[in-house]
Amino acid sequence: MLKRTVPLIIASIVGIVLILAKFSPPIQSWETEVVMWFDILAVFAFVLGAGNLNLNNLKKISERKAGWGYAAITLLAFWITLICGIGKLGVPPNEQYLGYAWSGSFEAEGSAFWWIFNYVYVPLASTMFATLAFYISSAAFRAFRANNVEASLLLLTALVVLVSQTSSGPMLSDLIPEESTWAIFKIDTIRGVLVNLFNTLGTRAVMIGIALGVVSTSLKVLMGVDQSYLGGD
Amino acid sequence: MKQSNVIWVVVMLLAGVYLSWRAVSYQAGAVYVAPKIVADADSGKSFTTWSKVPSVESSNPGVEISWPRTLGIWLSALFTLAIFSFLFGDNVVYKVAESIFVGSSAAYAMVVGFWSAFMGIFVAQLAPQFSQNTFMPGDDRTEPEWLMLIPLAMGIMFLWRLMPAGGWISRWPLAFFIAVFAGLRLVSHFEADFVVQIKSTILPLIVFAEDGAFDLKTSLWNSTMVLGTLCCLTYFFFSVEHTGVVGKISRVGIYLLMITFGVGFALTVMSRYSLLIGRMNFLLKDWLNLG
Repeated sequence: MLKRTVPLIIASIVGIVLILAKFSPPIQSWETEVVMWFDILAVFAFVLGAGNLNLNNLKKISERKAGWGYAAITLLAFWITLICGIGKLGVPPNEQYLGYAWSGSFEAEGSAFWWIFNYVYVPLASTMFATLAFYISSAAFRAFRANNVEASLLLLTALVVLVSQTSSGPMLSDLIPEESTWAIFKIDTIRGVLVNLFNTLGTRAVMIGIALGVVSTSLKVLMGVDQSYLGGD
Repeated sequence: MKQSNVIWVVVMLLAGVYLSWRAVSYQAGAVYVAPKIVADADSGKSFTTWSKVPSVESSNPGVEISWPRTLGIWLSALFTLAIFSFLFGDNVVYKVAESIFVGSSAAYAMVVGFWSAFMGIFVAQLAPQFSQNTFMPGDDRTEPEWLMLIPLAMGIMFLWRLMPAGGWISRWPLAFFIAVFAGLRLVSHFEADFVVQIKSTILPLIVFAEDGAFDLKTSLWNSTMVLGTLCCLTYFFFSVEHTGVVGKISRVGIYLLMITFGVGFALTVMSRYSLLIGRMNFLLKDWLNLG
């Protein structure tokens, strides 16, 4: 009862009240309140996540498993960032409230946390994504084969959009006069049609499908049909 | 020593010599800052903040080199190169950078949550006097919001998972968490991705311009949009067997979806390349001071 039924009742009531709140002006403020609780609860979830991160890495270090040195570096980076951020190290007070030492923003320019964010987090994150440029190109080169109509369409569309985005791409169709009937074959025009028309209609169909999927999955959770989030026993 | 290792050592040494020369001769990665003194006449307190200025203003009075920020630029550059080193294969330098990224990004999310939600909402509402005397002096709340004890109780129940016994109690706040997410997503997705998308697709198929003339271009555009979306939706409609007319329509839908995926792929590639260009710009301009 307490282990399964009560959580299912909580999920149903909270979810249904939130949906009703959208349509009932007297209880619309409940949504704001619940979202605040959700945000606070998310902080506790972060604590749980941090606890797991620390436990797993400490275990790795104590058992001297392969790569324990990297686990130590992870923990060191975690604690330094956390202490700098929560302790507001180097954060000047808010200009309007100079008498309050803690009144400044935790992200204030010049603070230790700001330094870590700008000089450690941002370069690492953006370079991680930048390296995908190499892998996505190499994967495309190996995987793309124009061996049927579908693959050819995909390949050709990607090629036209990519070429049109380069600085020299539009020059390929520069010979076609702007005012002529053939202007629709200018690479910029083709790109516009592909991105604004065909991409929109395809994305629209996918989005409608996703919305229906989200609605049905949410309803399954709220009605207690999907209980997978409760785990076993 | 293997020949490839010798080559790498030579390349690294040459790079080190070049960087040292660049650092000394052109002040590579140097960041200059100008002071700004903030003073409060009432309390008599003041402090100095430093803001970045372009290197061309380095000779202006008061402008000085910021060693923490300069060190930061060098560290960023080395992290960038460390991540790029993975292109040659997995290595120690990459793994160190990766470990730092994992640790710092986990802590970053925690710090943002702590100051924006925990302190900014929870503590500010439950203990307004304390928050106004410490980190939120401008807040005008006077009475504690006792309802905030509910998320506190749920948070403690959530952390109960770490206890050796009674871990099931964390299912209650988890159920609340899932329900809020599901409830909000249900309505927002239905509104933004279903209703709005359908509404945007309901377009006039035959369009006349203001002067009464038939507008072929807009009519063709709208017709393609409406019929194309229907073709794509038919492909996703599995309650009817895709044979005969339905099969042909869904076939057109596949072709249109392939064009969509082609555009999506190209835009993704471009976004990744723009990030790459950004990193190259950082290395060449901000760090090495080239150009």
